[in-house]
Amino acid sequence: MTEIDAIARRSYGKLVAFLAARTRDVAEAEDALSEAFAKALEVWPRDGVPRNPEAWLLTVARRRVIDMQRRQRRAESLEWLESVADDHDIPDQRLALMFTCAHPAIEAPIRAPLMLQVVLGLDATMIASAFLMAPATMGQRLVRAKTKIRQAGIPFRIPDREELPDRLDTVLDAIYAAFGESWTDGGRRDLSEEAVFLGRLVVELLPDQPEALGLLALMLHVDARRAARRSSTGEYVPLAEQDVTLWNAREIDEAEALLERASTLGAIGRYQLEGAVQSAHVHRCRTNEDNWADVVELYDALYAMSESPVVAINRALAIAAQRGAPSGLDILRALAGDRRLAEYQPYWAALAELLAQTGVHHEARRAYDIAIGLERDPAVRDFLRQRQERMAR
Amino acid sequence: MQCALLIYNNESTWKASWDSEAMQKTAAAYKAFTEALKASGAYLSSQGLGAPDTATTVRVRQGKPQVLNGPYADAKEQLGGIYILEVPDLDAALAWAARCPSAELGVVEVRPVWGQ
Repeated sequence: MTEIDAIARRSYGKLVAFLAARTRDVAEAEDALSEAFAKALEVWPRDGVPRNPEAWLLTVARRRVIDMQRRQRRAESLEWLESVADDHDIPDQRLALMFTCAHPAIEAPIRAPLMLQVVLGLDATMIASAFLMAPATMGQRLVRAKTKIRQAGIPFRIPDREELPDRLDTVLDAIYAAFGESWTDGGRRDLSEEAVFLGRLVVELLPDQPEALGLLALMLHVDARRAARRSSTGEYVPLAEQDVTLWNAREIDEAEALLERASTLGAIGRYQLEGAVQSAHVHRCRTNEDNWADVVELYDALYAMSESPVVAINRALAIAAQRGAPSGLDILRALAGDRRLAEYQPYWAALAELLAQTGVHHEARRAYDIAIGLERDPAVRDFLRQRQERMAR
Repeated sequence: MQCALLIYNNESTWKASWDSEAMQKTAAAYKAFTEALKASGAYLSSQGLGAPDTATTVRVRQGKPQVLNGPYADAKEQLGGIYILEVPDLDAALAWAARCPSAELGVVEVRPVWGQ
């Protein structure tokens, strides 16, 4: 990452929040900031990075907003902007900005992309690739969401104490969506680093919210095993076969400490439970102590909370590990009618695995085929193909 | 909506893998991809094409036909096959394109089928 990129990640959201808090015009603030960053790219390599880069960027962007508002004969924040001193200390309103991006009035699927763009300054093309969307479509949806913020008057503020837990959930969900489907335990996702950054930011600004701690712990646990998920020749390595010495012990320790702290705050939730599942996996792999009963219990609690089919699949796999493949298979078969799972790769991979273990080879072969066909990652495709072939012999 | 996945393979890697274990892997991956498409109900049809060096191009200019050996586009990636899918929207088609084995080896172009 270049120095300007690093500054952008740290300062972008602060500057957007500061410039747009009065007008709620995020697009205008972003236009002004993109000009400020363009100017920085031109000036900084020549004259050196200023002592206070954030204040420098704010000055350029602020003048630009003043120009735009004068030209359009608007005065929403003119007087205020003109009164801001050049060395103004910029308050950190990024948390309020995140609540704006994840507001219930904003459509759920666009909340994560919006947050990545507005808080971290990622461009629409990059975000579109990560979410597998056409860049033009992503661009339009982001523009529409920003228009909605302005027209619907979505406030830039941190919700009150009573509202906070519910509203925080939408923020955490958006961050987790950016992190990707860690369920599949697949390879590195494009935005995991950005998501962890946002997760840390929430914890830093709201240190006593147990679910925020739980989400950060969950992401760190999944991230900690990244290096172990691929062999030196690039093959996919499943959790049970991973070399635990390749795990990032520092991240695991941090995750464990976060879960510990969350547990003292007296409110259990989805992310703490999922973090605890990861923690149990780590413990089992490190000590060879069978703790599948604990994992099943955690998934029981998660399932009671959400009734999500995704949780049901993982619960079925844990039950299979605890009580044998047929018990898990019964649960998976009961899910077969759920249309949401028809194109959900982990369902087919889990089904194939348990069918193979129970000796139903013909059905297993087809389930492997579908799982392979639905998988994007070539390393995971190869892994599943090997499992399929091994069964044939 | 109906969408076409136009599959462009990198000619040199494609040829190098011919008859090798890599080719078998690709063939198995394509079989699985087609199977998954059929299971989801998105599959309408598909065809694979012969190698680009078996292609012949035809033009008619001022009433005179010109017939040339080889494919039309002089590019590293050459059209190798096509899938026609029934999908709810472009996003769903892009998800399938990303799963297509050639997305790793070449390029998959997604286009709506005209005139629906």
